[in-house]
Amino acid sequence: MEMLNRDTFTPLISVRNLKKYFPIQRGFLRKLVGYVRAVDDVNLEIEERETLGLVGESGSGKSTLGRTMIRLYDPTDGQIFFRDGDKIINLTELEGEELRKFRKNMQIIFQDPFSSLNERMTVLENVGDPLIINGLISSRQELIEQVVETLQQVGLRREDIRRYPHSFSGGQRQRICIARALILKPKFIVCDEPVSALDVSIQAQILNLLKDLQEQFGITYLFISHDISVVRYMADRIAVMYAGRLVEVAPRDELLTHPLHPYTEALLSAVPRTVMGRRKGRAILTGDPPDPANLPTGCVFHVRCRYTRDICKEEQPNLRSIDSNHHVSCHLAETLELKGMEIHV
Amino acid sequence: MSLELTERVIEVNNLKTYFYLDIGVVKAVDGVDFSVDRGKTLGIIGESGCGKSVTVHTIMRLIQSPPGKIVDGSIKLYRFRNNELEVVDITKLDPKGKEMRNIRGKEIGMVFQEPMTAFSPMYTIGDQIVEAILTHENIDKKKARERAIEFLRRVGIPRPERTIDAYPFQLSGGMRQRAMIAMALSCYPRLLIADEPTTAVDVTVQAQILDLLQELQEEMKLAIIFITHNLAVVSEIADDIAVMYLGKIVEFGKKEEIFNHPLHPYTVALFRSIPKVEGKLERLVPIYGNVPSSYQIPEGCSFHPRCESAIRGICNVTLPDLIDVGNGHKVRCLIYQKVEV
Repeated sequence: MEMLNRDTFTPLISVRNLKKYFPIQRGFLRKLVGYVRAVDDVNLEIEERETLGLVGESGSGKSTLGRTMIRLYDPTDGQIFFRDGDKIINLTELEGEELRKFRKNMQIIFQDPFSSLNERMTVLENVGDPLIINGLISSRQELIEQVVETLQQVGLRREDIRRYPHSFSGGQRQRICIARALILKPKFIVCDEPVSALDVSIQAQILNLLKDLQEQFGITYLFISHDISVVRYMADRIAVMYAGRLVEVAPRDELLTHPLHPYTEALLSAVPRTVMGRRKGRAILTGDPPDPANLPTGCVFHVRCRYTRDICKEEQPNLRSIDSNHHVSCHLAETLELKGMEIHV
Repeated sequence: MSLELTERVIEVNNLKTYFYLDIGVVKAVDGVDFSVDRGKTLGIIGESGCGKSVTVHTIMRLIQSPPGKIVDGSIKLYRFRNNELEVVDITKLDPKGKEMRNIRGKEIGMVFQEPMTAFSPMYTIGDQIVEAILTHENIDKKKARERAIEFLRRVGIPRPERTIDAYPFQLSGGMRQRAMIAMALSCYPRLLIADEPTTAVDVTVQAQILDLLQELQEEMKLAIIFITHNLAVVSEIADDIAVMYLGKIVEFGKKEEIFNHPLHPYTVALFRSIPKVEGKLERLVPIYGNVPSSYQIPEGCSFHPRCESAIRGICNVTLPDLIDVGNGHKVRCLIYQKVEV
C-alpha cells in the first residue's frame, strides 16, 4: 500500500480544534451543572480516498467525533473544512438550506442494521428516499433504475426493491444501509462500527464490499471500530482516541508496531492474539476509563498511565508531530521506549 | 476409582435439545459430545444460532419447556459427596427440583454476557451474592457477607467492604463482570460456565477479565466451559476447542491442533474470513452464502451448501460422523472418512 506524500497533502477534510460538549442539567429547573466533553480539541486531516481508522474504548468519543464531523451534531467550537473541487467549504458556517444541500457529500453507516432502516418502507423507499429528498430524480422510472443500479453495486438484486427490511439477514441489511449511503455518490462516509453487529463469517463480505466501493468510487472513509484487527484490515492511518481527545495518529503499521503513546501501548497489548502461547508482560490497564463529565487535570490519561511524572499531572499535552506522519500527545514521547505489536509480516 | 475419572468434572454424551415451535422443529443442539476435566478449559466457538448457548443452558437446565426439550443424551456431572465420588445425570433431574437447584450455583457457576441484565437492578451486589451463598451453604449471614467481601476483593474490586453495598448500575461494565464472576465462584463450584463473558466489554477490560479467569482457574482448579464467537479470545484461554455449526460439533481438538492444523472446511473458511492483527495483510475470503435458517437445516452435511470442497451426490446425502484422525483431533467431514458410495 502506498504511503501518502505529505508534501502534496491536500486533505479532503480537515478538522481544527473541534469540540463537542453536551450540557449536564439537573433538577426541576434543569440547571446547568457541567459539561460532558465528548470531543475535546481534536485536530485531524483525512486525505481523499484514504481510510482513517478511529479506535478507542467505548465512551471515548469516537462516534461523537464522526457525527460532529458530518454535522449530525452541531460543534461547540472549532472548524471543519471540506474540499469540494477547488473550493474549500467551511462546514461549521453552513446553515439551513445550504447545509442540507451539502449533506449529500457526507453519509454515515451505523453499527446496527436492525434499527437503522425504516421497517415500514420497502427497500426501494429506504434506499431511494435520499434521491427524492434531494430532488435528484424526475420520474418513478428513474428512481427505480438508480436504486436497482446501487443495489447491484452492493451485491443485492433487482427483485429486492419490493421487499421489506425484516425479510433480510443482518449482512444483507447492512448492504441496504450501504446502498442508501452510496446512492447520493458521497465523497466521504463515516463507517461507525459497521461490522460489529454481524456474524464473523459475514463481516468479511461487508469489509471487502466497503473496500471495493472505495476503489471504484474514490470514497474517503472515517472507519470507527473498537476491533484493532478490523481497523488494521481497513485503514491507511489509525487515530487513537481517549476521553474525547486524540492521543496518537500515525500510518497503520507504524502505529501498531511503534506506538508512542502509553495508552496506545496498553490498548495494543490487550488485543487477543491467535498466535500460540500466552504472552508475557502485558501492559494491562488498571482502573476504568475516566468520566468525561469529570476529567482529570493535566494529561487525561495520567491516572492510569504507568509512566506518569509530575508534569503529566499539571500540564495538558497537545497533539504534536514527532515526524511528518506520526503525531502524539504525550510529554514523554521522546523518552519512552514503548512496546508495539509484533506483526510478523 | 481411576485418576482419570476423579479428574473429570462433566461429560456430555449425544446431547440433543430441540425446540418444538408452531412453524417447525428447531434442532438447536443435535448430538453433542464433550467432556471437561479439572483445571481445564473447553472453548466452544461458533456463529450465532450454532447452538453453543443452548448447549450450556441445557447443562444448567435453564431451557424453557415447552417449547424446549431434551430429546436424547446425557449430561454426567462428577461430584463429591462426603468424600465419595458420585455421578449424576443432569438430564434426568427436574429442572425446578431441589437437586437441580442445588447444582446450579453450587456445583456449576455461570457468568453471562451482559452483567447488567444478569444482576437484578433492585438489589445491591452484596444482597445477591450473599443470597447465593446462603442458599447453598450452612453458614450465618455475617459469615456469608464476609465471604462475599473476600470474593469481591479477590476479583479485583477496589474497596470491597463498601462496593458490596452498591447497586449494579453504580458499577462500570468491567466491575459488574467481576462482581458476576465473584458471585459465580462464591460457593466454590467445580465447573464454571462463561457464556460470552467479554463480548460486551472493551478489549482492555477483556484482557483483565481473561487474566482473572485464568488466575482463579489455577487457584481453584476450576473446569471452565468458555463460549465465544471470537477466535482470538478462545486461543488465549482454551485448552480444547469445539467448533459448532448448526447444532453439531464439526471439529474438536487441542487448541494448538485446531489453530495450526484446522481440518474441517468450515473451520478453515472461518480462519480465512477473519481479519487478523498479525501476519501478512491479505484480502479476506468470505464464507459463501449465509447460515441457513434453523428450521431448514440442509440434508447430509449441514455445511455442504457453503462448502468449497463439497462433493455433489455425497455431501448432500450422507451425514458424516465425528471421527478421530489422531491425537484426539476429531472432525465431522466426509473428506476424512471412508465412505461406501
